[in-house]
Amino acid sequence: MEFLSDNWGLIQSAFLTTLSLAVASGVCALLLGTLLAGMRVSPIPALRGLATVYVEIFRNTPLTVVFFFLAFGIVYVDLQFPSRFVTAVAALSLYTAAFVAEALRSGINAVPAGQAEAARALGLDFRQSLTTVVLPQAFRTVVPPLGSVWIALAKNTSIAAGFAVTDLTALLQRLANANADQLLLVFGAVVLGYLVITLPSAWGISVLERRLAIVR
Amino acid sequence: MRITRYAAGFAAAGLLLAGCSSEAGNQAQDEAEETTTQVEEVEFPEGSTMAAIVEAGELRVGTKIDQPGFGLANTAGDPEGFDVEMAKIIAAKMGLSEDQITFTETVSQNREPFLVENRVDMVIATYTINDKRKELIDFAGPYYEAGQDIMVAAGNPENIEGPDDLAGKSVCSVEGSTPAENIRTNYPEAELVLYDAYSKCADDLRNGNVDAVTTDNVILTGFVAGAPEEFELVGNPFTEEPYGIGVQKGKDDFRDFINDVLEESFEDGTWAEAWDKTAGAITDTEAPEPPAVNRY
Repeated sequence: MEFLSDNWGLIQSAFLTTLSLAVASGVCALLLGTLLAGMRVSPIPALRGLATVYVEIFRNTPLTVVFFFLAFGIVYVDLQFPSRFVTAVAALSLYTAAFVAEALRSGINAVPAGQAEAARALGLDFRQSLTTVVLPQAFRTVVPPLGSVWIALAKNTSIAAGFAVTDLTALLQRLANANADQLLLVFGAVVLGYLVITLPSAWGISVLERRLAIVR
Repeated sequence: MRITRYAAGFAAAGLLLAGCSSEAGNQAQDEAEETTTQVEEVEFPEGSTMAAIVEAGELRVGTKIDQPGFGLANTAGDPEGFDVEMAKIIAAKMGLSEDQITFTETVSQNREPFLVENRVDMVIATYTINDKRKELIDFAGPYYEAGQDIMVAAGNPENIEGPDDLAGKSVCSVEGSTPAENIRTNYPEAELVLYDAYSKCADDLRNGNVDAVTTDNVILTGFVAGAPEEFELVGNPFTEEPYGIGVQKGKDDFRDFINDVLEESFEDGTWAEAWDKTAGAITDTEAPEPPAVNRY
């Protein structure tokens, strides 16, 4: 226990790093994913094509490879992220956005066609009908899959540990090597750190799901 | 029904794995060459650790497989390097042939657990002797003295001559390593960038994301030797990292035996020979003065 209190500051900052990685990437991925889902159902073929290519590339590329490219590849095209934390957020957001877009697209497809037709009959254009009629209903139906995407994202943040971000997993590597006698304690603390993020999320998702459920 | 099908699947996978490993083993046997003279029939006292190992006919050694010059897996998957040669010297003195050595990969984070759980008889894996580790295991040796050094881009554009020059500079190392810890505590003004492998540090140094890379000189020399037009070594070691051979705690007979073997190899030149054909060949350096064995 003394070991834990000695390293409490470290554990705390590593936990906050993991949490902020997850939250920042989650917000960015949600925004980008929504945009992509909108593009995929838009009447303009070029936008649909672009979004499809994006989703297929990022959904089918390992996250570590995305990280590697952003960390070591993009300097060769004269780009540079301001910090390694931002690099990690970018990699996680770009990757997760593809999954958000797919989840959301399934939700959009679940909205009865009559809804969009009614919106058009009222004189709403594509953007208006999407943002005010279709998407609000789509989001409600995809709370569970989006929740899974969020939990996967929270765990995927651990890949940032290999790319110079001191998150919980990096802390595990640091403390484990320096304190082999406390291995189980270090391991337990790190697992607990992740559970503190994911378990309340899972609970929150099921609450949200019940609140937002719509009767069709 | 479903369960049995899964079980069959697992069994098949297991067979496949077993097949792979035994194949690798055969290859290793085929390629093992008699490089060190093997002592025939050595007598060890009844009940000693050495007698038990000879009885088992297998010396289990934990080593690294990603450390050029010390322990690096070749294309066939067998480790090669100075650490591996040390294991061969010790095995030979026990009357075991080279194909009776079983190498297991150990990484920095699992060396103590591997010994404590008796999964290996000894660990030779660029393993720095320190007091914290001595609480869990015992060390024979040292058989080599490394030191923390700094690698910079060729031409040393930032004029880094030693650790004090790292203030305000970004310096890369590996998370959880002793060199990183040293920078963190003793040179807090340096900006530490921590990856999980030194190759990523080399990438970052190559494209200018960091100003320097720091760890044990033997690791850095490997990188410099691989890309001399890109990197250079500052060549000013500022710590002492005695590499020891980890054995299970309390096995003093084994530790004494290894220490005897090491001293003998320092004397009769087999140690220098091992250096010349491994780390020395990569870095193009003469064998250094052997360190003094520490029998604590």
